[in-house]
Amino acid sequence: MAYDPHPHHPDITFEMWTRIDEIIRIYRPKAGSIISVLRECQDVVGYLPVELMDYIGQGLNVPRSDVYGVASFYALFSMEPKGRHTVRVCMGTACYVKGIKEVMRRIGREFNIEEGGTSEDRRFSLEAVRCLGACGLAPVMVVDHDTYGDVKSDGVIKILNNYE
Amino acid sequence: MAKLSTIEDLRGLKAQILESAAAANVTQLLICGGTGCHATGSISVLEVLEEEIEKQGLSDKCKVIETGCNGFCAMGPILVVHPDDIFYQKIKPEDVPELVKSQLIENKPYEKLLHKDPVSKKKITHQSEIPFFAHQMPRVLRNKGLIDPESIDDAIARDGYHGAAKALLEMTPQDIIEQMKISGLRGRGGAGFPTGVKWEFASKSPSDVKYVLCNADEGDPGAFMDRSILEADPHAVLEGMVIAARAINAHKGYVYARTEYPLAIKRLQLAIDHAREYGLMGENILGSGFSFDVEIYQGAGAFVCGEETALMRSIEGKRGMPRPRPPFPAVKGLWEKPTILNNVESFANVGQIILNGGEWYASVGTEKSKGTKVFAISGDVNNIGLVEVPMGSPLRQMIYDVGGGIPKKKKFKAVQLGGPSGGCIPEAYLDTPVDYEEIAKVGAIMGSGGVIVMDEDTCMVDMARFFMDFIQEESCGKCTPCREGTRRFLEILDKITGGKGEPSDIEALETLASTIQDTALCGLGQTAANPVLSTLRYFKEEYDAHVYEKRCPAKRCVALLKFEIDPDKCTSCGLCFKGCPVDAITWKKKEPAVIDKEKCIECLTCFEKCKFGAID
Ligand SMILES: Cc1cc2nc3c(=O)[nH]c(=O)nc-3n(C[C@H](O)[C@H](O)[C@H](O)COP(=O)(O)O)c2cc1C
Ligand code: FES
Repeated sequence: MAYDPHPHHPDITFEMWTRIDEIIRIYRPKAGSIISVLRECQDVVGYLPVELMDYIGQGLNVPRSDVYGVASFYALFSMEPKGRHTVRVCMGTACYVKGIKEVMRRIGREFNIEEGGTSEDRRFSLEAVRCLGACGLAPVMVVDHDTYGDVKSDGVIKILNNYE
Repeated sequence: MAKLSTIEDLRGLKAQILESAAAANVTQLLICGGTGCHATGSISVLEVLEEEIEKQGLSDKCKVIETGCNGFCAMGPILVVHPDDIFYQKIKPEDVPELVKSQLIENKPYEKLLHKDPVSKKKITHQSEIPFFAHQMPRVLRNKGLIDPESIDDAIARDGYHGAAKALLEMTPQDIIEQMKISGLRGRGGAGFPTGVKWEFASKSPSDVKYVLCNADEGDPGAFMDRSILEADPHAVLEGMVIAARAINAHKGYVYARTEYPLAIKRLQLAIDHAREYGLMGENILGSGFSFDVEIYQGAGAFVCGEETALMRSIEGKRGMPRPRPPFPAVKGLWEKPTILNNVESFANVGQIILNGGEWYASVGTEKSKGTKVFAISGDVNNIGLVEVPMGSPLRQMIYDVGGGIPKKKKFKAVQLGGPSGGCIPEAYLDTPVDYEEIAKVGAIMGSGGVIVMDEDTCMVDMARFFMDFIQEESCGKCTPCREGTRRFLEILDKITGGKGEPSDIEALETLASTIQDTALCGLGQTAANPVLSTLRYFKEEYDAHVYEKRCPAKRCVALLKFEIDPDKCTSCGLCFKGCPVDAITWKKKEPAVIDKEKCIECLTCFEKCKFGAID
């Protein structure tokens, strides 16, 4: 194989690196594009390993500290690998008033995950989000791309058990 | 699509669209395609509906249109039959054949899916007769649920871009600003600054490059006005931006959109593409010689980025931290150039104001708060959804007449306005009109329009803790009063709700509040104490119960609950037993239930199920 300029990382395949290079190439001439690049690279890899952030810094010709500073500031970016399914529980006001706190506690207990964490078997990542804008359905939970309204602490486990 | 190069082209296109619609003479089946209805299954209802119409050979008699958010989100999926104005709710795919048969073949409303009024318990056929809609005055939302948001022709048929055409071709920038000032429109993003005045400042800042920004970050939890506007009528927002650009002479704009709103972003992008194709955006708009273009910038999940200076930082690709003002953005904003930032709803008003005149807009409202305001009503209220009412309407009307009151025969406790910077208003002040100054007098703020109703089961100390937790997490950490102050607040509130509160804690909250108000850098910190202050002002007795009696009157704070069933109050109905997810409750007919504390996971399901308040 030819010389590979990419750092080695178990979660990033050769195809992923190709796409990452493409993203960097497109955004490189634009000022202030760190957020967009991080977003798109995270979409490719699933999260932002340190090696990837270093690589992006070099590619955009900005200090590593800037890349890390942006990545750590915004809630969208994760530096930890995610579970197979992402459970986003709405902790907005409308959902809170309707009892989402109990739902959150129940999920945490049942699958042994902390808010913001991932279960040991990498089955679920549990995230608290602030209002999904679907307050009419409160309390709301989104698993991957499926939205569930009116979730209660007794029914939620049944829903989650459909996701392996 | 051919480019429109004169105002006559635009007017001609409108006439042509209306003419062909009249000639086709079809019944429109308007199915709501907002985020809420999508989540309850409107997409499959739409698919089945289209199949059924095809099957019954009705394709040339009716047309299925997916609209933006209808507003009555709790009733989704929703279908409105136009022009008959018949409203169907909570439709399931399997209902569709019967519905089609009754409504479209036999021509009589399908009783089963009509709306039932929670107050009168009567079925209502027409949308306009449903109390939720009857008290509203749609201006910003005039197109919601009526047009296909992905069709620019639908927007143009209802006067879309006609305000922009007038502004670009028949008015000077000074005229535009003058009309905006006459309208009395105040920023709908929260602070309520007069929009015309803001534009005037920016128009006077000398610079060859200026920017128009739209704040679609909608960070307040419990608020979904801006999302719904973008999903239902994205062209109205773009039109407002074009007019603003003309007023201050800017040629580039950005919409800073919340990343949690994928559908709104998709529709807005389509709208931008269509507007460019028609020449309503881009170079030489409608042959006026004026050019302006818009790009969407997606946020990355930071509440503070809704603050104007932080938002500009974020578009520059940096950490979104606020900076002290002055200099104001109208002088030095994005990339150090003069910039105006307005909220989605503010922009959505502009086209109508220009088309109908500032006086028209100012004809409703109060002395200092003109026009209408969109509110998102949610929480413990029957009719959850989006409403637009004239400024000055009393809160009581919004909650009881439009909102249909409190469900499950519970008692009203408070209404929260203004998001994390706002406050809770008790029953005694429900006759307060919605007006920037009047709302402030009772300790809340108008805010962006989130209205959250809370019933007697809500613990107000826990709510204060909830908001503080939010603010503490979202504090960007740049200024010390906010970073450390909110953390200290949260510690104290945790202590109180955790059953370890001391009398001195309440005093400490008050001292902390005045310090942070006076010293924080931006609006986030300056208003951080509001939820605490307003609950202390109206619900002091709940704080006292937590601190002195170690008791949570609403039974929400787990640390203060005993998880015991009072045998005298228990009616042996068995509801708690059936609800318990871990079988921690033993119950036999005619005997009071008992909780096994070893097994109990304190999930509060039994508290929710018990109708007799027998559990402590
Ligand atoms: C912490 C903080 C968060 C804010 N979030 C928003 C927001 O999500 N949407 C919004 O339109 N305005 C928000 N604002 C208000 C903006 O700073 C700004 O005043 C507004 O967008 C101006 O537009 P307007 O005059 O049309 O209201 C926020 C302000 C602060 C201090
Ligand atoms: S508060 Fe949960 S969707 Fe709005």
